[in-house]
Amino acid sequence: MKPSLLTSQPSRRGSHRQVDSGLGGEGGGGAASAAESVFRSPTAAFWIVLHGVCCVISVFLGFRFSRVVFVLLFSPSSTTTISSVFTSVPALHAAVTNTTTTTTTQMRAIVLASSPPPPPPPEAEQNSTKSHVVVGRHGIRIRPWTHPDSEETMRAHWIIERVQREQRLQHGVRTPRPLIVVTPTYARTFQTLHLTGLLHSLLLVPFPLTWLVVEAASSRSNDTAAFLARSGLHFLHVPFPHPMPEDSRYRRTTESRMRLHALRVVRDRGMDGIVVFADDSNVHSMELFDEAQRVKWMGAISMRILTHITGLSTSRGEDHKSPVPIQGPACNSSGHLVGWHTYNPLPNTGATFIGAGKTVLPAKMEWAGFMLNSRLLWREAKEKPDWVRDLDEVGKKGEDIDSPLCLLEDASFVEPLGNCGRKVLLWWLRAEARYDSNFPTGWTLEPVLEATAAANHSARIDASPELPSNSKLTAANQDSRNNNIST
Amino acid sequence: MAGGFRVLPLLILCSLFQGILGEEHQPNRPTERISGSAGDVLEDDPVGRLKVFVYELPSKYNKKILQKDPRCLNHMFAAEIYMHRFLLSSAVRTSNPEEADWFYTPVYTTCDLTPNGLPLPFKSPRMMRSAIELISTTWPYWNRTEGADHFFITPHDFGACFHYQEEKAIERGILHLLKRATLVQTFGQRNHVCLKDGSIVIPPYAPPQKMQAHLIPPDTPRSIFVYFRGLFYDVGNDPEGGYYARGARASVWENFKNNPLFDISTEHPTTYYEDMQRAVFCLCPLGWAPWSPRLVEAVVFGCIPVVIADDIVLPFADAIPWEEIGVFVAEEDVPKLDTILTSIPIEVILRKQRLLANPSMKQAMLFPQPAQSRDAFHQILNGLARKLPHEESVYLKSGQKILNWTAGPKGDLKPW
Repeated sequence: MKPSLLTSQPSRRGSHRQVDSGLGGEGGGGAASAAESVFRSPTAAFWIVLHGVCCVISVFLGFRFSRVVFVLLFSPSSTTTISSVFTSVPALHAAVTNTTTTTTTQMRAIVLASSPPPPPPPEAEQNSTKSHVVVGRHGIRIRPWTHPDSEETMRAHWIIERVQREQRLQHGVRTPRPLIVVTPTYARTFQTLHLTGLLHSLLLVPFPLTWLVVEAASSRSNDTAAFLARSGLHFLHVPFPHPMPEDSRYRRTTESRMRLHALRVVRDRGMDGIVVFADDSNVHSMELFDEAQRVKWMGAISMRILTHITGLSTSRGEDHKSPVPIQGPACNSSGHLVGWHTYNPLPNTGATFIGAGKTVLPAKMEWAGFMLNSRLLWREAKEKPDWVRDLDEVGKKGEDIDSPLCLLEDASFVEPLGNCGRKVLLWWLRAEARYDSNFPTGWTLEPVLEATAAANHSARIDASPELPSNSKLTAANQDSRNNNIST
Repeated sequence: MAGGFRVLPLLILCSLFQGILGEEHQPNRPTERISGSAGDVLEDDPVGRLKVFVYELPSKYNKKILQKDPRCLNHMFAAEIYMHRFLLSSAVRTSNPEEADWFYTPVYTTCDLTPNGLPLPFKSPRMMRSAIELISTTWPYWNRTEGADHFFITPHDFGACFHYQEEKAIERGILHLLKRATLVQTFGQRNHVCLKDGSIVIPPYAPPQKMQAHLIPPDTPRSIFVYFRGLFYDVGNDPEGGYYARGARASVWENFKNNPLFDISTEHPTTYYEDMQRAVFCLCPLGWAPWSPRLVEAVVFGCIPVVIADDIVLPFADAIPWEEIGVFVAEEDVPKLDTILTSIPIEVILRKQRLLANPSMKQAMLFPQPAQSRDAFHQILNGLARKLPHEESVYLKSGQKILNWTAGPKGDLKPW
């Protein structure tokens, strides 16, 4: 039996004890009767005197000095009990508030007057049991140092980790397949920001992973390589021969071509595993990688598109299929793929170049929410389905390669994952800096940053934001960077 | 050629074994078979092994009491009511008392509740005595054995001692008239007056539907090391501490309130069941009595129970090997609880979790309505069946009397 968790149970016991608990007035009345009993028995008188002495001692000591101490001092009990009771008294002071001490001492007096104090352990209940478990008041055992030991904490965490691993083995995937995460990237202001975020997500993935980073050619190519070397992941840095165009309207095509290039690398090296397309600016949920393990040939999950579209409140969603756009598989009630939810951009916006105030918007279909079995790409693979096209054929003749569905002849074989697309496991977000923004190499600031550098910088910004040609802007960027570094 | 003939039956035998073992192995979740000191008995079916006759008592002993206070159906002592209902419609019930092995008396002694919902045991001895007087005068079967083939369900704090305070319960002892009967109770402590030899210890009632409703996916990682919610000091009845739980709960609090591995508190959250499923160890310390529904909850939710109650006898102890499933910590070792728990080898912990995952283990702790196979009702019947056949000596010769009908405190002799 244990008392109800929500209410302590004073009423049942209190009503059936000879004394009512917690009521000062009753205690006072009881004290009067105790006073009468004093004259009846000398032992009672002794206890009253002892009680008075303890009260005085408590006043001096500042905490409630229990008469139980005397009982235990003069009884043949073990020393550990005594020491523990001594240590327990300050603890009890914390547990029992000051306001109740006076009433409880009153009550204790009555209880003691009416019945002898609970006998120390050896005497209790000898008549009925041979048990070493005795009824009565026990000490509260407290060890001297009640704080956690660091070794034990480490061991406990190791135990927890092992238990969780066992749980994953039993309920999760039996033999996890390795993942190949394809990320197209190019050197720009926010590259380190995005790559760091993606790196931290990938470090949490519990499966063997290869990070295939395809980088567009650029004049300062060491940033990415240096970053990957520091990352601690197993990576593959694949250079892409063409640079990223400055006009962000054309960046999308280049990125798609970079991804196809990565897929060719996967095929040529015969890499085995599941290819997950992860853009560096997106936010990934760990469940995405768990769902990736369930891919048979090609799977798709739902991706939420986070864009800031001005003027959204005026058009009451008539151009949008959902309040927050989602790209992902659409299922019917029996769980089969029947179509796609896609992002429908507003008619007069579209991918614009990154200037002040305008942002990149996603296209109708992005690569990001898809994942495929790398054996789809191999030239010779067991049971390779026939609804996939040859990789070399894709992308020729300027066809639309905006989504991995271009790899397939028949898009209806894609497996909808994440509870048939109901779970959103990925967020598409494209936050980039201004096209002409500058940043120091490796994001380390030299200590010398003079006001002249700032003046140079602001002069650049005032220049008109018309589209410069590729080479001019690259030169301009390099110039300003050099300026910053030299001063 | 002779050798070939010998090999053939061997091959057949081997394939048979493979077949049997293959059936037992569950492909998804490797759980372990539970086999206690009585053997592999959790999966026995009691139907056909015993017959129980249910006495028809007037409804003032059962139905009327329940009507007066239907809260009795939900508290932790509700096993007596549900066992009655189960037996009424069970296949072991017989309407011919001559062929019955066991006799059941449906008297709800734990249904006199305070406004707070706690049962008052003060009228229970008189109620029980009155019921026994009735069956001994109306039917001849009580006098035939003076109750040795009768069983009673007494799920109160200290069983048939009928008091909530341990000292008073020990003083009273088990009701004298029940001296020869088999008691089915939740209280179990070795060398204690209120547990007599041959009693069947059962788990307290915990609502199965409520627990089922709070199940979370089993792949949710267990991230809490030790979990406990409940009182550490019973401020109303034992403000100084040291009486309640023999000081063990207070010791847990004082030693581990600063330890981040121990998620212990008196705040009872709404996610209590979910949290238990996210914990590796769940503390089950004694309170005013050594047993509590926490053990049932821990087993159902797969959390290894850490039992802190000296000499406790756990439910169905002959069928369930509790030492292999739970962790037992002596009350004097509570200050070293963190050392004890972190030094358990990991294989032992994983094995305990596998044993707890066994569905027959969880079933054996529950009282589902309607009854399902291998649940606690059936385990009680299994326990009763294991006590059969009755020895010849329990049948008294005519005129032989063992029980003293006037024994016990004077207050118990008043009619109810």
